[in-house]
Amino acid sequence: MERRTLLGRLTWQLGEVVATGPETPRTKSITLALPNWMGHRAGQHVDVRLTAEDGYQAERSYSIASPPEEAPRVTLTVERLDDGEVSPYLTEELRVGDKLELRGPIGGYFVWEASMSMGGPLLLVAGGSGIVPLMAMIRHRTAIGSTVPTRLLYSSRSFEDIIYREELTRLDEADQMLEVVHTSTRSHPPGWTGYARRIDTDILREVAWPLDQHPLTFIYGPTPFVETAAAGLVALGHVPAHTKTERFGPTGER
Amino acid sequence: MENKLDGNAAAGILQEIFPYEMTMAQITCTDCGATMAMGATAAYMHGMGTVLRCPVSDTVLIRVAQIKGRYFLDMRGVRVLQISAEA
Repeated sequence: MERRTLLGRLTWQLGEVVATGPETPRTKSITLALPNWMGHRAGQHVDVRLTAEDGYQAERSYSIASPPEEAPRVTLTVERLDDGEVSPYLTEELRVGDKLELRGPIGGYFVWEASMSMGGPLLLVAGGSGIVPLMAMIRHRTAIGSTVPTRLLYSSRSFEDIIYREELTRLDEADQMLEVVHTSTRSHPPGWTGYARRIDTDILREVAWPLDQHPLTFIYGPTPFVETAAAGLVALGHVPAHTKTERFGPTGER
Repeated sequence: MENKLDGNAAAGILQEIFPYEMTMAQITCTDCGATMAMGATAAYMHGMGTVLRCPVSDTVLIRVAQIKGRYFLDMRGVRVLQISAEA
């Protein structure tokens, strides 16, 4: 896709919900048809705006889960925050056929394209729903048939909380160049073969690519998760310039 | 508690103001001279607006807010802003 810097200012557009489906007990994917979608790159996000009958508006950012190849359909995966203003509506109330107001795509820094890897392997580090934009990268990588060696290190609370679990297992088995490594921080079922603790420097040392392969790394998750993972990788000698981070705070609803 | 995010979190409001994708714009910090992509800065989101800080010296680079239909953009911490004009 042509990559343009001059985008024009952001404008709001309406999308129609064409599919919804649960990913985990707390997350749901919502697929929108967007007639005016300009296309996106893997890793970008959108702003969603809800307007109440009295005119009150609430706006939140959500990462795009679907690859550019599915445009003009765009899928968001939203985690329900019980005290949230926007996510309970998106996960509980929104139905197929409803309209949703959004704008995007937004962001160009936390983006992966095959041409960016420059031969080096890719390390994706996800905490919880931080998997969403990284999944767009994995799906894009699969869609274009990229053979860039890729490892996903994905931290979840429990087995049931692993978003895209079956799809990741399928891709892991089908693609020799893709390796999915899970860690489960609170509970895990019998026979669990992943790690069973929070991400630490030992896990990163075992999973991260050797430095001489010049890996490119994307880290996305809650702020403390990202800080731990980024600091651990830097301590192992990884180059900050090749390590892109994005944090969602407690109210970010990303 | 302050909500520390990355510069990418300010992409939406900055793209309301500038017709460019701004997270790849390069910022030079007035205080320490470090140059980085806007997406690599530290962002703090408040109800009153967004503050971007230098990840090296913690200097406030940019404050941006939209209040009652008016944008307020305070760039006192930015020595140079470089925006790529082509693809």
